[in-house]
Amino acid sequence: MKAFSRLFTAIDQSTKTSVKTAALAEYFRNAPEEDRLWTIALFSGRRPKRAVTTTQLREWAAERAGLPLWLVEESYPVVGDLAETIALILPPPSSPSDHTLSHWINTLVDLSQVDQDARKAQILAAWDGLDETGRFLFNKLITGGFRIGVSRKLMTRALAQATGQDEAALALRLMGDWTPQTTTWQALIEAPDPQADDSRPYPFYLAYQLDGAPEALGAPEDWLAEWKWDGIRGQLILRGGAHHVWSRGEELMTDRFPEFARVPDFLPPGHVFDGELVAWDGAQPLPFNALQKRIGRKTVPKKLLKDAPVILLAYDLLESEGQDIRDRPFAERRAMLDTLLADLPPDAPLRASPRIAFDSWEVLAATRATAREQRAEGLMLKRLDAPYLAGRKKGDWWKWKLDPLSVDAVMIYAQQGHGRRANLFTDFTFAAWDGNDLVPFTKAYSGLTDAEFNEITAWVRRNTLQRFGPVRQVRPELVFEIAFEGIQPSPRHKSGLALRFPRMARWRRDKPAQEANTLADLRDMLTAYG
Amino acid sequence: MSATVLTFTDRGIYCPAGDFHIDPWRPVDRALITHGHADHARPGHGAYLATEPAAPVIRHRLGEIALDTIRFGERRRIGGATVTFHPAGHIPGSAQIRVEVGGEIWVVSGDYKLAPDGLCEAFEPVRCHAFITECTFGLPVFSWRPQQEIAAEINGWWAANAAEGRASILGAYSLGKAQRLLALLDPGIGPILTHGAVENTNAVLRSQGYALPETRHATPDLDVKAHPGAMVIAPPSALGSTWARRFGRAATGMASGWMRLRGVRRRRGADRGFVLSDHADWGDLHSAIRETGAEKIFVTHGYTEIFSRWLATQGYDAQVVPTEFGGEEDESATSGEDAA
Repeated sequence: MKAFSRLFTAIDQSTKTSVKTAALAEYFRNAPEEDRLWTIALFSGRRPKRAVTTTQLREWAAERAGLPLWLVEESYPVVGDLAETIALILPPPSSPSDHTLSHWINTLVDLSQVDQDARKAQILAAWDGLDETGRFLFNKLITGGFRIGVSRKLMTRALAQATGQDEAALALRLMGDWTPQTTTWQALIEAPDPQADDSRPYPFYLAYQLDGAPEALGAPEDWLAEWKWDGIRGQLILRGGAHHVWSRGEELMTDRFPEFARVPDFLPPGHVFDGELVAWDGAQPLPFNALQKRIGRKTVPKKLLKDAPVILLAYDLLESEGQDIRDRPFAERRAMLDTLLADLPPDAPLRASPRIAFDSWEVLAATRATAREQRAEGLMLKRLDAPYLAGRKKGDWWKWKLDPLSVDAVMIYAQQGHGRRANLFTDFTFAAWDGNDLVPFTKAYSGLTDAEFNEITAWVRRNTLQRFGPVRQVRPELVFEIAFEGIQPSPRHKSGLALRFPRMARWRRDKPAQEANTLADLRDMLTAYG
Repeated sequence: MSATVLTFTDRGIYCPAGDFHIDPWRPVDRALITHGHADHARPGHGAYLATEPAAPVIRHRLGEIALDTIRFGERRRIGGATVTFHPAGHIPGSAQIRVEVGGEIWVVSGDYKLAPDGLCEAFEPVRCHAFITECTFGLPVFSWRPQQEIAAEINGWWAANAAEGRASILGAYSLGKAQRLLALLDPGIGPILTHGAVENTNAVLRSQGYALPETRHATPDLDVKAHPGAMVIAPPSALGSTWARRFGRAATGMASGWMRLRGVRRRRGADRGFVLSDHADWGDLHSAIRETGAEKIFVTHGYTEIFSRWLATQGYDAQVVPTEFGGEEDESATSGEDAA
């Protein structure tokens, strides 16, 4: 664990990508093979199955530290991270050890085989053998969310530096359904055939937000426009007679969407489609909450399958007849896609996302304004001569979203943030007027500057009316403009509605609370856009 | 018999028998001041009383005030009360204030730390019936390593940066933390430069005889290139400012007890965080309280509700002092100057 702790410390002490990459590359050159493999796994969102609950961890840590549980619970929101809280309160290790990262991970993996008492004994022994950083990392392995300032992209780049392999080729190898228990360094990184796994998806190419006017992109004829759908990004893979559905978060979702089982009946193997998974009413997408019901279900009841059938609106072809065609210009890939999908029956769960014709940016701007009627969030602009890249790269793909909807709302509750924002009040609940009452309708956490959060934190301390655990009820005085992407009916909420992607667009210091929007205003929006 | 020696008013801690306030936050006729940090020594009072070593900085900060001084341990009769000041170990000249009325003794801790830092007068335990204690770091997650280990970390960081030809900018409050750091630095590594706010305080303390290494005020016309591998001590607010930009691609650090928390470390946006506090940690708060022998404990400045609840489980009669901000939390976010 010491080498991994050193790696973590080097990464944690720097804000510079080059320093982090170098530290990680150094680790990949020297660490034992199994540790390297686990490090790749951790930084690409894979982790050992959780064998103990966070409640148990808190109880055991309190007991070990000789503190009452409530004191540990009260310390946690101040620190903002449970793994760190526990690492900080434990007494110094009584029997320091020098086991590897893999040793500790295997300890955790093996916990599922033993009973409760043995699990506790193992965790206590681990705490006793690790120093403060080691404990923090060990606890992080249990609690998950291993975000320590290393993106998958940065990890892949470091791996490329350490192995001398091409970064894009490595990114492809790291995709898919592997764990350190099912593969080896040799098979994952060094074996000659990266396509050995038929289910492996390609790294997704991600678009940047277009903030200025599209005129800056040059001539309209160099670009293709499509609707920007409000679904989940997905890849449909047809290889060797089977099909696989991947989400952008690299989750294999084949079983959640049984609709796609029919696709191999229409299309030959050796094809990979990139597109948007949406719930479909036969003519256009259903609102996102219809799809949301499907995402949560591992097995889908018949009625839900009928009420919210899912299709893929395909907009790119990445593999054709077994060949990786990502290097070819988009115009060519898109033509192949259209040809391939032209003769599918109308009820097939796969359609080409329509191209939007335009001959000037003004015409396209007018089309964009109608996006909500199409149940789209705006437009996508893609350069016709561009290859399909990996990750978020500026230049060839742009999302040109509609301006968000917005309302002015009154802050009524505040709560401290986590991690970097622990000790700052950053999580707020907002309300709208219903007669003389303020009815909460959304929470928001982002959109303000650190300076504004500092100022609001000081204000919250002076204007607390009541406390409910970590939540403070504050004087209903501050007004914020809340921007959001969509609005849906929601019987679970007191207000009867729910917002999509709410955030604070700005602090309306100029507006008294009485002038904030009303619940009636929100209901009008629900009627217009819901 | 347990007379009320001190009461808590909307102006701060008040002694009815002596008709004076201690570290009041609104203007009063007579104020006893524990130390010169801005949230303890405020402008606008009619008359001030502080220790001799604390006085020059208070004058420097507050200008023309009616300031009387007192030696550590000197007894002074004020109305029906007798007061003495005792070292608090927080910053040079900082004091705890002991107030005795009719045989009943209460002590106001001000801000304090137990471990000697080699610069300020070492903390002195004072026996009392009631102890009004700060608890800035009154949670079990806060514990400090010995000062010498932190000094080695800081000097190691400085030496490594200097070897790469980079300056090291260390953020620290201009009164107290900055001078404590100066005393810990190894001047053999390179030149030490200071921000104006720090250098002004240095001048005051040097004239009193506090031993500080040689420093150079980084004035606008100073040629930075003539001081390669320098250590630069500046207030935290100067990190990331245009003032700091002149040092090129310098490494940045912060020295504070809050650096114990990774979230705070990252929010401050410095490369390195050094855990060095001028306040007592969790363990030392308990030692200090135990050594007073007091049964009645009032807690203020910090995680007061949590800390008083904990003290109650340990058998103390513990209460929270109502303060201006009415909050239990730290002021790390809002940068209370002494909360470091």
